[in-house]
Amino acid sequence: MPSPVNSHKTPAGPQPQNPAELIVDGAVVANDWHLLQLLGEDEPLPTVAALPAGKLILPVSLWLLLRQELLSRQQEIGVWLDSDESAELIGDHGAELPLIAIHFCSFADGRGFTSASILRQRYGYQGELRATGRFMQDQLTYLRRCGFNAFAFEGGAPLDSLLDSLQDFSESYQAASDQPLPVFRRRPLC
Amino acid sequence: MYRYDETDHTLIRERVAQFRDQTKRYLSGALNEEQFLPLRLQNGLYIQRLAPMLRIAVPYGLLSSAQLRRLAEITRKYDKGYAHFTTRQNVQLNWPQLEDVPDILADLAEVEMHAVQTSGNCIRNTTTDQFAGVAQDELVDPRPYCELIRQWSTFHPEFAFLPRKFKIAVCGASNDRAAIRAHDIGVQIVKNAQGELGFQIFAGGGLGRTPVIGVVIREFLAEQDLLSYLDAIVRVYNQLGRRDNKYKARIKILIKAMGAEAFAERVEEAWQQSKNNADKLTDDAIAWAKGFFSQCNYRSFDNTHTEALLQKQAGESKAFARWLARNSFPHRVAGYRAVTLSTKPTGVPPGDVTDHQLEAIAELADRYSFGEARVTHEQNIVLADVEQEKLFEFWQDARKHGFATPNIGTLTDMICCPGGDYCSLANAKSIPVAEAIQRKFDDLDYLYDLGDLDLNISGCMNACGHHHLGHIGILGVDKRGEEFYQLQLGGSGSEQASLAKVLGPSFSREEVPGVVAKLLDVFVERRLPDELFIDTYHRIGAQPFKERVYAKPS
Ligand code: SF4
Repeated sequence: MPSPVNSHKTPAGPQPQNPAELIVDGAVVANDWHLLQLLGEDEPLPTVAALPAGKLILPVSLWLLLRQELLSRQQEIGVWLDSDESAELIGDHGAELPLIAIHFCSFADGRGFTSASILRQRYGYQGELRATGRFMQDQLTYLRRCGFNAFAFEGGAPLDSLLDSLQDFSESYQAASDQPLPVFRRRPLC
Repeated sequence: MYRYDETDHTLIRERVAQFRDQTKRYLSGALNEEQFLPLRLQNGLYIQRLAPMLRIAVPYGLLSSAQLRRLAEITRKYDKGYAHFTTRQNVQLNWPQLEDVPDILADLAEVEMHAVQTSGNCIRNTTTDQFAGVAQDELVDPRPYCELIRQWSTFHPEFAFLPRKFKIAVCGASNDRAAIRAHDIGVQIVKNAQGELGFQIFAGGGLGRTPVIGVVIREFLAEQDLLSYLDAIVRVYNQLGRRDNKYKARIKILIKAMGAEAFAERVEEAWQQSKNNADKLTDDAIAWAKGFFSQCNYRSFDNTHTEALLQKQAGESKAFARWLARNSFPHRVAGYRAVTLSTKPTGVPPGDVTDHQLEAIAELADRYSFGEARVTHEQNIVLADVEQEKLFEFWQDARKHGFATPNIGTLTDMICCPGGDYCSLANAKSIPVAEAIQRKFDDLDYLYDLGDLDLNISGCMNACGHHHLGHIGILGVDKRGEEFYQLQLGGSGSEQASLAKVLGPSFSREEVPGVVAKLLDVFVERRLPDELFIDTYHRIGAQPFKERVYAKPS
């Protein structure tokens, strides 16, 4: 449901913290992306020239306004979707992005699971899909199944201690981003 | 019935291990209350007024005798020796210890059971007709589809943190015994003009604070599209359902706000993108699922002979005749009947059974009904395949165990939530009200004369006792800190679904049986020959009932 672009979007809740380390593809690595939070009410819209150099994750609302001008920096521009912003805002433009972050303003707000699934399944997004915010250790398997491969965990526990939770289940019933076939297409049906 | 293969076993074992770890982390303080809450809920564990409550899933109500025996053991080992059947065909334990729950789940896993997604904001146990597969008015058996839905919805990674709980019911018969119009999604099996099998899809039904009867969002869905279409509905709901207010978070509120047509369009749009994905059911998968439910051990009988025998037995025993008339149900196979075991003798909380009764059900199922039993939406037990020739013997056995109260479908076969005796959300007790009504109306001839009559009781507006769907509904309310009861009339969960309307000011607990008696008096005075309460109510309206109940003493 693409909504009109609003450069000063209200945060759905606490914003992403962009911790120094995160889990990517099952390993703990340094976070080499800078993340821009949503613009405050009276912050002016930055010009492209004023944006920091290097790898940068922009709020989708800002990126949509600056997208054309940023095409030259394509490999180092990612975007983040707030909990109440849907994947359709990015749609096929995902192909231009090396990284999309989906934010969980609370672990109970499960919209991000759908956003991730839509990006992977409907739009065929191939780049890094990063979960940010207040998701829980116990959601890691489901997040991974929906297509997330990176987890910027803010919960405080050492990241090493979370890795096992990515594999709480070795089997699944449904087709999802990690398993193209539902169980009824994999079982010997006799 | 469905049997687990290695995939199911692995998943359920891994789930037990996961919850064991979560419980350990919670008890050690590594998980806080708020974080543990959704995890325990998705494993069926509530913290209730007096103790934790564990809700165990019974997929579409079907239990084997081995599962019943295991439930009996569990109630002895971890609880106080009884269990409670719910209106969503599940089983609840009222007194387990938190620390024991992982062990209980491990014991359940050994008999292909679990408590997954029986609570929490996720897709719950799919329910269906208790006479599935045997009813004469059935188009096809809904259980294979229920099983396919169970597998699709269990551990669905995208839908474990929905705005609110989500309930699906499936009906394959022309009489709706699964109250599908009171569910978030109702699936009615139909044939289209070309004679193809498919589904009519209802959405947005639900009880609770804002009761709504579901509306049709798709007249015909082809058989192979079932899962992809359900997936599209839940996806749209997950995106658009309200999350700011838990009382406005159910799909019914979203559909009301958007309008059914706009909602259906959104679903259609989402579905068009995914309908040809891997979720599309294959003929092999459907045939495979059906294979688990095709009962082929029926013997053949000479129906004239067995019917004659039954008539003779009924002629000789009035008690048996009564039971036969009320508690047995016609079967599609000649020489068989489905039988309902009543959990509602006077003085027992509706739906409660002891450990010994669980074992007795297992025994009866083994002896008379292919080792299977079903939990009904009305909190009773059905044994679906009893030979008519053995009904008399069956009845004598059932009687010994307290299951032969011949009240199925009558006023005293009421649906009743646990209420204030157990539930921390209650405004008022419900079990004592049920008992007082059963005591007042203990004359069977009178009950039979009244005919089919649904009386449903909830202890608060969460409506677990489905009071909105009762021909007579009773709702516990709080009036300046005191327990009062509101009477409602005219609800129905059938294919003619309607919501009961409030009669007027509420009553004290002592007054309720007398008020019910007045309502019945009006009915008896005004009914046409053999007319049912609900039909009389629709014909004459609420006014005559109001006048009688609220008449000033002269
Ligand atoms: S209706 Fe209310 S009192 Fe009864 S079980 Fe549900 S929440 Fe508890």
